[in-house]
Order: sequence, then structure tokens, then C-alpha cells
Amino acid sequence: MEFLIQLLNGVQYGLLLFLLASGLTLIFGIMGVVNLAHGSFYMLGAYLGYALSTQFGSLTLAIIGGAILAVAFGWALEWLLFRHFYERDHLDQVLLTFGLIYIFEELRSILWGDDVHSMPIPDLLSASIPLTENLSYPVYRLFISGVCIALALALYLLIAKTRLGMKIRAGAFNRDMTEALGINIKLIHAVVFALGIGLAAVAGIIAAPIASVYPNMGSQVLIMCFVVVVIGGIGSVRGALISALLVGLVDTFGKVWLSSVSGMLVYALMAIVLLWKPEGLFKQ
Amino acid sequence: MTTHSFTRRLVLSRSSALIGAAASGALLPALSLAQTGKVRVGLMLPYTGTYAALGVAIENGFRLAIDEQGGKLGGRDIEWFKVDDESNPAKAVENTNKLVQRDKVDVLIGTVHSGVAMGMLKVARESGTLLIIPNAGFNSATGALCAPNVFRTSFTSWQTSYPMGKVLADRKLKKVVTITWKYAFGEESVAAFSEGLTKAGGKVVKELWVPFPNVEFQALLTEIASLKPDAVFAFFAGAGAAKFVKDYAAAGLKGKIPLFGSGFLTDGVLEAQGAAADGLETTLHYGDGIDTPRNNAFRLAYAKAYKLQPDVYAVQGYDAGLLYASGMKAVKGNTGDKAALIAALEKSKIDSPRGPWTLSRAHNPVQNIYLRKVVGHENHVTSVAAKALADPAPGCKM
Repeated sequence: MEFLIQLLNGVQYGLLLFLLASGLTLIFGIMGVVNLAHGSFYMLGAYLGYALSTQFGSLTLAIIGGAILAVAFGWALEWLLFRHFYERDHLDQVLLTFGLIYIFEELRSILWGDDVHSMPIPDLLSASIPLTENLSYPVYRLFISGVCIALALALYLLIAKTRLGMKIRAGAFNRDMTEALGINIKLIHAVVFALGIGLAAVAGIIAAPIASVYPNMGSQVLIMCFVVVVIGGIGSVRGALISALLVGLVDTFGKVWLSSVSGMLVYALMAIVLLWKPEGLFKQ
Repeated sequence: MTTHSFTRRLVLSRSSALIGAAASGALLPALSLAQTGKVRVGLMLPYTGTYAALGVAIENGFRLAIDEQGGKLGGRDIEWFKVDDESNPAKAVENTNKLVQRDKVDVLIGTVHSGVAMGMLKVARESGTLLIIPNAGFNSATGALCAPNVFRTSFTSWQTSYPMGKVLADRKLKKVVTITWKYAFGEESVAAFSEGLTKAGGKVVKELWVPFPNVEFQALLTEIASLKPDAVFAFFAGAGAAKFVKDYAAAGLKGKIPLFGSGFLTDGVLEAQGAAADGLETTLHYGDGIDTPRNNAFRLAYAKAYKLQPDVYAVQGYDAGLLYASGMKAVKGNTGDKAALIAALEKSKIDSPRGPWTLSRAHNPVQNIYLRKVVGHENHVTSVAAKALADPAPGCKM
């Protein structure tokens, strides 16, 4: 029984990691932009969710409103900054996005202060399901997993089955040829970028009720995101899903069975995968 | 052979220091500057990251103490230097050197994170710069690594956790599971708690660890549920503490397996924890509802100055200000005579909001540790868990 609960814990954590990393793998893999500020969008999403849910008293509105605002913000950022960096060196992109981390932290500090906030879980989802005599599982965690699975599916369908997805894949494969065929690659890039930011922000919003909302929360998840993307293979959404689940399970069972060294197990996993498959599990 | 190379290095370093001082022409002016110029106060605190709010509270408290003395130290004006340590131990030495070498500060105040303070301690021991630690509670700073020029106005991790062992054993909660972050302060807290519990006849049945600063607790909460101990002792702080207490309640453990901790579990995060923290009992050297004129006056002044309620970090910063101001007053602002300043600091009796305290031979406060209970949004002091508790300071040769 305990093993099954831990399995559930691992899968649930993995799905949340996937949601976070999917945006990164899109932007990184398809557009070739190293986005260190990805964690900041997660943080901004969480704070936005906190602000919107206290304003309207509804998580659904916070998710929808937050996602729309985040996509608009992503679109504006792409137009203002990122489109000028596609052709530049990765180092320039790193400097740009590293600078953005500081700007977003300061912005957060000005707008919402430096306190830890909690976001209430909506009544509908606040129940817990008793699993053993003294342990219960919060329904909200299952809800998060549900949202993650739905988004993963939607993302897969978008990229594999739609015309837009085809253009995105074509653009990632050969940018010049795609453009020569009359596809507006600039628009495609803006869409992908805004989508990636939207995913990070939504992850922040729906994780906020269980993760709390606090300064610098993005930097912790950023490293995990990169680990997931690197293990999964850069640019592969399917790879990100499998690798996120793998990381979630290794982290969960590592904490239980090898408590005192659990901090390095995920990185050990990454090292082993890279030795075996230097380009990640599912290189596109 | 070793002696030979040692002396040669010593001679080299001393002469190069002399040459350096002479070349810049700084030797004589520097001496007179020490008497009459501004006191150079270096604050190295976290202004970003998980501990940002703590850094601000410490600075607020420190400044309040000095403002209450007329904004001067031993009659001299103050020049402030600030560095954000980002709670990043990897940059600790480099950041400390910015203040020590570039800004040539007379005193270093910092910091929150023990790993960073470890780096500051290293630089302070090498350079001889006065260091006052307003939070970081790793034992060795006033233990095996104690130094004449290093003072602390907060606590040792031992002090905050040791008394809880006896509290639990007295309540017949003898089989206890501990959970904390895997880093120095967490390890020391658990060791001290375990020492107190074992002495009183209890036993730690399992130690659980979370990598710092990871806040994914679900797996270990499941483990706690299946171990079914009498009680759980936890050390977490800041956002991690907020999340742990909420997760503990959400997992249905609250009310079934009682949770205890050192005070950091509920300090400064009660608003975020909400109902999940109700009734939680913790031990710390400060709390709400210490109804003394001293504490009330401090709380009023702090609230007036910063439009914020002070917390334990503000008190520690405040006490760091009181300590340094009293030392500087005794030597009339003469930072040049380090031995006299250190002697004056050692003799200081701090009339703190937490209750009066003095310094141990290892330069750590000898203080009451309170048992507190969360009522509403307060850590209400219910009793004194340990009176005038001095850290044993193992390994300190002062």
C-alpha cells in the first residue's frame, strides 16, 4: 500500500515538473533560445494567481485570467526583446534572460512585496481522500495531475496533429526553407514563445495553493526544469513528459529509501542518461 | 621544513602588507581616520531570495537600535555599506571580501544563512575584522571556530532545539521522527533535539532528510504516516516552513501525530500557514505576548518606524545594534584599539526585548528559551522551556 502511495506521489510530482518543463522545452528546442528566466515566469504566474484569486475569489478565473495575461505578456516580450536575439549567440541570450530574472524579481518585490503568501484551495477541491488510518491524499493534488495530463494531451495534439503544429515543427527543422515556402516564421515564433510563457505561468498558478507563493520560487524550479529538458532530449515534448515522470519517481523514492543522499540522486540520473545517450532520451 | 616555509610565508605576507600600506601612503592617515572619520558599518544580509524578508527585518532592527542612540556610534557618524549575500554560500567569501577589502569596514553585520555566515566567519578570522552575527545559528561559530572578534546576538541551533527534547519526553511522547533540510543548521537542530530527548528518556526512531531548499514533502509525509511515531520534530524556515506545515495538515497528519519544532517553523509565516498552524508548539528565544515594558516599548517603536510588526529577526538585528553601540560607547568610538573594543563588547549586558542577556565565554547569548503555542496569528509564549540556557560551546578554547 505504502509503495502505491509513493508511486502516486512520484507521478504527481513528475506531472507538475512536466508542466513546468514543457514551456522550456518548446522555447529552447523549437526556437533555440536559452531562457533562464523561465522560472521567473513560473513565479510571476504564482503571484498573478495569488493576486487574481484574492481579487475575484475564484481559482478558475485566476487560471483563465492569469493565462491570458501571461500569454499577452509573453507576446509583448517576444516582440520587444526576444525576436532580436534569435540569430545571436547563446551567451547573449543567457545574459538577456539572466538580467530578466533580476528585473522580474524586483518587479515582484515592488508589486507584491517580499512576504510568503498562501493561496486558498477552492472549497470544491479542498477535501482529502483517506488512504490509510492516518494519511489522506488532498484532492487538489489529484486535480493538478488532471490539469497536467490534459495540457500534455493538448500540447501533443497541437504539435503532432494540427497545421500550426506542422509549421512549428517545420520551423524548428529548417527555418530558412520554411520561410521560403511562404510561412510567416516570425509569427510562429511569437506564438510558440507566448505559449511557452503561458504554460509556465499556468504551472505557477495551479501549483500556488500547495506550493505557497514566495520570492525567488522560480530559481528552485528552473534547475529542475533544465534537468528534465536535458534528460528528455532538447525540444522533445514527449521526452520531457517521460523524463519528468522519471525525475519525479527518482526524487520521491530517493527521499524515502536513501534519505540522506536524496539531493544528488536526480543529478546522478542526469549524468547516467547523458553518458548513455548524450543528446537525451528523445532527441528530435 | 614546515616551520621554515611557514616563517618565510609569514615574513613575505607581513612585508608585502607593509609595502602595500606604505606605497599607498595610507599608514598614518588610516590610523587617524580610525579615530575621527565615519564608522564604516558593513551589512551583509539577504536582500533577495527566500530569506529577503529576514534580511530587511535585521537591518531595520539594527538601524532602530542605533537611531535610538542618536544615530551615532561612540559619537561618530556612520557610513553604511550593503551587500546582498543572496543566501549563496558559494559567493560568501567573495561578498565578504567586498566589504572587508574594498570598503574597509570597521564591523561586519551578517547574516541569515549559516553556510554564508561560515564564509564570513572564515574571512573575519583571517582579517581580524569584527563580526556580529545577527541570525545564523550554526553551533561552531561560537563553538569550535570561536574567535575573539566574532560575536553573535541570536542563538545556536543547539539552544533552539535542545529544550524541546525534554518537553516532549515530559509529555510521554518518547518515539519521535525528525524531519529537516539536509544542511548544517538542520542537522545541528536535529542532533540537539535528539540529545535533549535521549537525556530525558525518549528516542528518535527515524531521521528524515529533505535536500535544501527542496520543498517537495509528500513522499516523507507518507513515510511518517506509515512509521506512526508518538510525535514529529521538524526544522524548516521561511517558505519551506509555510509549505511543510500546510502539507502536514493536508496529508491528514495534524491531530493524529502531533508536530513540534524549533520556533522557525512558525515564525514570520503564520499568515501563510493559516489554520494549518493552529496549536503548534515550538521553542525559541522570543515570542509574542512577552508583556514587559522593555518589549512593549520596542514593539511600539519598531511599528512606528517601519509600519511593520517586529519579529524575532528584527529583535536579533536590534540586539546586534545594542551590542555594537554599547561597545563603541565604552571605547568612545575608538575602533583602532580592537582589544579594548572586544573587552567592552564582552562585558555588555544587553537589555533586549526578549529579556536581558549576557554573552557566554564563546560570545553567544545566555538566554531564556520559551515554549510558544500558535494561537490565532501569534506565537504566544506559554512558559519558559529552559532558563538562562548557555550553549555548551564544545571545542571553544577562549
